[in-house]
Amino acid sequence: MKSSLIKSTVIFLGLFFLYFPILVLIFYSFNENKRVMVWKGFSLRWYNELFNNEQIIESFIISIKIAALSATFATILGVMIGYSLVRIRKIPFKSFYIFLSSTPLVLPELILGLSMLLFFISLNNVIGFPSSRGQLTIFISHVTFCIAFVAIIIQARLTDFNKNIEEAAMDLGYNYTKVLYKITLPIILPSIIAGWLLAFTISLDDLVVASFTTGPGANTLPIVVFSKVRLGLSPEVNALSAILMFALIIIGLFYFYFNKKFKH
Amino acid sequence: MKNKLFEKYFVFSPYFWLVLFFFIPLAIIFKISISVSEWGMPPYQDIFLFDNGFKINTTFENYVYIFSDYYYIGSFVNSLILALISTFFCLLIGFPLAFYIATSNIRLRNILLVLVVIPFWSSFLLRVYAWKIILQNNGILNVILLNLGIISEPLQLLYNQYAVIMGIVYTYLPLMILPLYGYLNKFDLNLIEASKDLGLNRIKTFFKVILPLSVPGIVAGSLLVFIPVVGEFIIPEMLGGSDRLYYGKILWEEFFVNRNWPGASALAFSGIIILVLPIVIFQILYSRWSQKNEI
Repeated sequence: MKSSLIKSTVIFLGLFFLYFPILVLIFYSFNENKRVMVWKGFSLRWYNELFNNEQIIESFIISIKIAALSATFATILGVMIGYSLVRIRKIPFKSFYIFLSSTPLVLPELILGLSMLLFFISLNNVIGFPSSRGQLTIFISHVTFCIAFVAIIIQARLTDFNKNIEEAAMDLGYNYTKVLYKITLPIILPSIIAGWLLAFTISLDDLVVASFTTGPGANTLPIVVFSKVRLGLSPEVNALSAILMFALIIIGLFYFYFNKKFKH
Repeated sequence: MKNKLFEKYFVFSPYFWLVLFFFIPLAIIFKISISVSEWGMPPYQDIFLFDNGFKINTTFENYVYIFSDYYYIGSFVNSLILALISTFFCLLIGFPLAFYIATSNIRLRNILLVLVVIPFWSSFLLRVYAWKIILQNNGILNVILLNLGIISEPLQLLYNQYAVIMGIVYTYLPLMILPLYGYLNKFDLNLIEASKDLGLNRIKTFFKVILPLSVPGIVAGSLLVFIPVVGEFIIPEMLGGSDRLYYGKILWEEFFVNRNWPGASALAFSGIIILVLPIVIFQILYSRWSQKNEI
């Protein structure tokens, strides 16, 4: 009796702590007043201004484009890593392979961003490419650090998954490639989708690495938002937050839907 | 056999990408960190000189420079302390939450887990921004405290180290809860009952049974919070003030403001050696060890 009361209180307080700031943000996005903190009345004014703000809309389109492309590349390469680590025995310099595929998970973004920027500058000095930084360099950097997240999901899925099905198919005359495309990939498809969604969100949300590797014509949404709220508050960003949080939470729910399938 | 070609394709495509776009960039950081700095573009000299025969032109001065200046060491220590305190609070809030979620019945458990992790999916930057709104002088927290009569004039809650800790604990909490839950979920709840039957009280049960069994989860969660927090740049920039400098900020300024590329590279490379390398080595050893024990 007493312990269940403690339990409910802890869970309630924990969830309150997690959701309260999000609710505050959404609440203030409906404030008519230009001064964010002084409540003047309910209004959709800032949503209207948001949709007429070309800078934000443009950066949003750039961000979506980069996120979709880098998530796709990262998923392809991440699936290959996950598959190699679980199913392929002979990997030359395996420790180095594990090092390369897991370090981006723990490396502070700032260090990763700096190393990518210095790499692109050096590359340009040697082969004259990329002559300036922009969407392409952000894309390459995002693929690089999203690969690890996809790989870890796929690795977990393949470790759980019963190898006998693959072996049975092989006994029935399927060759290696056919087993992969007809059996293994379809079974892990939900995890592949989950991995793609995770990579997409990480790329969409990244500020630090993008700030290092950006160039003319490649201001992503987080870069624009950060420049607006670094020193103060912005009512347009409040409206943007409400929309973006809603959209991202929906993506998160899809992720759980797909990732749940692999547990059964 | 055909398999061979196919396997090679699978192993080497990502291998090639990661060597080119991850390992070489790290090597370049190291290279620039041991280069002699000079005024110009790029602001360092080549490490191989060919004018009068071949000569290697390297220096450790950049490391000496950052390790002998309190400005740099102090900031790094500030970041370590910040990470330690934040990890502690994440654990303090995350542990009971993870424990109670893991001991709920299975349907409730899944719902609670999704509820806890979902905020993590919404934008990081915007969640930090939310605290900027809450902690304003005329923000919701000050208004509540004023109305309750606890304070008579608004407190300066923003732009100090406490606001930074608040923001970090808030944004990193799910990273602590997930691994904790993962381990607590595996463990046999009958053990708690058994220890109660054997006469241990609640506090003893916690310290003798629950805590020792959740050590792997605590370690995993703490690492996931601690390491990125040391390199954190955005949260101190948005919520912090000038009372404390952190590693992320000085690395950023060394590169973008002072334009001291070798210095910034030396800072970054020291960060890799001190923070990341021990964990990576541990991970590789652990995965080898667990593979050996399974097969």
